[in-house]
Amino acid sequence: MTIRLYVPIDSTALSLGADNVAKAIASEAAKRGIALELVRNGSRGAFWLEPMIEVQTPAGRMAYGPVQPKDVAALFDAGFTTGGSHALSLGLTDDIPYLKDQERLTSARIGITDPLSLDDYTAHGGFEGLKNALAMSGAQVIGEVTDSGLRGRGGAAFPTGIKWNTVLGATADRKYIVCNADEGDSGTFSDRMIMEGDPYCLIEGMTIAGIAVGATQGYIYLRSEYPHAFATLKEAIVRARAAGWLGQDIHGSGKAFELEVRLGAGAYICGEETSLLESLEGKRGIVRFKPPLPALQGLFGKPTVINNVISLASAPVILAKGGTFYRDFGMGRSRGTLPFQLAGNIKRGGLVEKAFGLTMNELIHDFGGGTLSGRPVRAVQVGGPLGAYIPESEFDVPLDYEEYAKRQAMIGHGGIVVFDDTVDMARMARYAMEFCAIESCGKCTPCRIGSTRGVEVIDRIVANEERGRNIALLQSLCDTMLNGSLCALGGMAPYPVLSALNHFPEDFGIAKSAAA
Amino acid sequence: MTKRSPAGRIDASADGQRIQSLVERHLDLPGALLPMLHAIQGEFGYVPENAVPVIAGALNLSRAEVHGVITFYHYFRQHPPGRHVVQVCRAEACQAVGAAALETHARKCLGIDFHETTADGTVTLEAVYCLGNCAVGPSLRVDDDIVGRVTPERFDAIVAELRVAGLRSEVTA
Repeated sequence: MTIRLYVPIDSTALSLGADNVAKAIASEAAKRGIALELVRNGSRGAFWLEPMIEVQTPAGRMAYGPVQPKDVAALFDAGFTTGGSHALSLGLTDDIPYLKDQERLTSARIGITDPLSLDDYTAHGGFEGLKNALAMSGAQVIGEVTDSGLRGRGGAAFPTGIKWNTVLGATADRKYIVCNADEGDSGTFSDRMIMEGDPYCLIEGMTIAGIAVGATQGYIYLRSEYPHAFATLKEAIVRARAAGWLGQDIHGSGKAFELEVRLGAGAYICGEETSLLESLEGKRGIVRFKPPLPALQGLFGKPTVINNVISLASAPVILAKGGTFYRDFGMGRSRGTLPFQLAGNIKRGGLVEKAFGLTMNELIHDFGGGTLSGRPVRAVQVGGPLGAYIPESEFDVPLDYEEYAKRQAMIGHGGIVVFDDTVDMARMARYAMEFCAIESCGKCTPCRIGSTRGVEVIDRIVANEERGRNIALLQSLCDTMLNGSLCALGGMAPYPVLSALNHFPEDFGIAKSAAA
Repeated sequence: MTKRSPAGRIDASADGQRIQSLVERHLDLPGALLPMLHAIQGEFGYVPENAVPVIAGALNLSRAEVHGVITFYHYFRQHPPGRHVVQVCRAEACQAVGAAALETHARKCLGIDFHETTADGTVTLEAVYCLGNCAVGPSLRVDDDIVGRVTPERFDAIVAELRVAGLRSEVTA
């Protein structure tokens, strides 16, 4: 029997040397005359173990990691191809607590399959949702999505079913499905992992959306910082089309859906949906006024579903298992699961898909194992560069859209960036304003000018120039940006600034009691 | 990354033909401008000035509009880069594990600021705001490769390797 080995091809695994490990394994096997089938899978998402290699054994897949090329000969000596014991042994992959304790619905296949193998995809439940959708009316498909309680996973958390229904109800000669794959938030990589590790899941989700609302053309707008995802998606689209899962007659249904992947060009603002549509039309990524909603007048002025990767990639499991199955996960109005991403100064960083309702303590201590530096956690930024900094006193708040909104914070796309006690929060506040200034599209004044003034005011506060007056000025400036900006960039950049100021005033040179 | 001469300048008429053919290849795409610019930058390493009127004419846009799009996006460049582009991530997750120190080291070690190229033409240094490698930062992108857990020592080793590779290709050329 040929030995089957898995070496991830995910960007993070590659960034830690997975290609060199794969090469070392292939040459060592050749030297020893051992026949191997080397599968390049996605990552399981336990990134601190990457490059994590797996070997298929009768008992299941056994994991070893983190493996470097210098370890390969010793692994062969230890008989790892049959699950032999070695210092890097992690046991059965499915028994690794970090993975075992998750509730993987959207990311269920990532790391298990060969991302580009259609056989693997169908063998692990792929296209079941689409097959069901093809036998239903558009309204029925949307009914399942509405029942699931799925809300936009890009950050805004707008109910996906309502958005789709608006597009279904619009009459036009042409409608579009646009996937927002401009995953620019620091601390997030779940979109990337889907696109690199399970691209057919996104393709299937977009096709379901197309069939539901009557759209025949889809675009994936992918950020240029993801070269590996770009290559994988392009190849997956070619293969899906060749197998009849895309094109003029999807799986013999007579229904059509075409898909194309387009590259962005390094503009954070293009993650904002109207700016993204402008960019896709070949223009500067300047934010549009709303209304009209993209659902009615979106890409090229036509009704458009624009959703985040995770929202669209959740459609297959919802259609395969039913809206109520998905809805049974979660709490309150936050239904289903979210692939959280543990990042920054964290010992066990990676992807943790769990139902809403768990706490930050569970995520960063139980899953994450605390900081990488071993120092105490001081602050956590949730929801990207526009998300608030959360102090330890709030780590027991359940992760739920409404619970976080109550605290002027947001879950956003589920990115969690951990900082230890060496962080200077005034510096992080300054960075939030600096980033907003660099990435502002320039259309509205509060964002364009306010962000630059914000950097200056924070500099004056830190330098102790009329500190009291400048803090009042910063608060007033943030108020203007919050209420006067056209989109979420200027409208939310004050969240990290104000949360840093309110929770960590001592970093701005003021006594804790004097703040807020 | 496309291979190109260090100076990035090739015969002007041949350039013109290549630009023309890249523009024509993408003309039928809806919203063709970004795909065109990507194709041109992929070929030349930057968007040459003489491409602007060709694109504008083909898409029925003004030169100012094309220029406006090129300059809006951080990714598009108007001047030839060095043989390799090194992007240092400046975003929060990398900052949490020492990106600021790495950034300072990178500028000092190369003797250049962001958007500049080393005197030997090996490296153009750029800032980037997230590479999606946030659990294993600080991160770099070296051409199309992402590198994680980059220490200052690792950075020096990467740059040294790029320089040696450059010398080798000059010897064999």
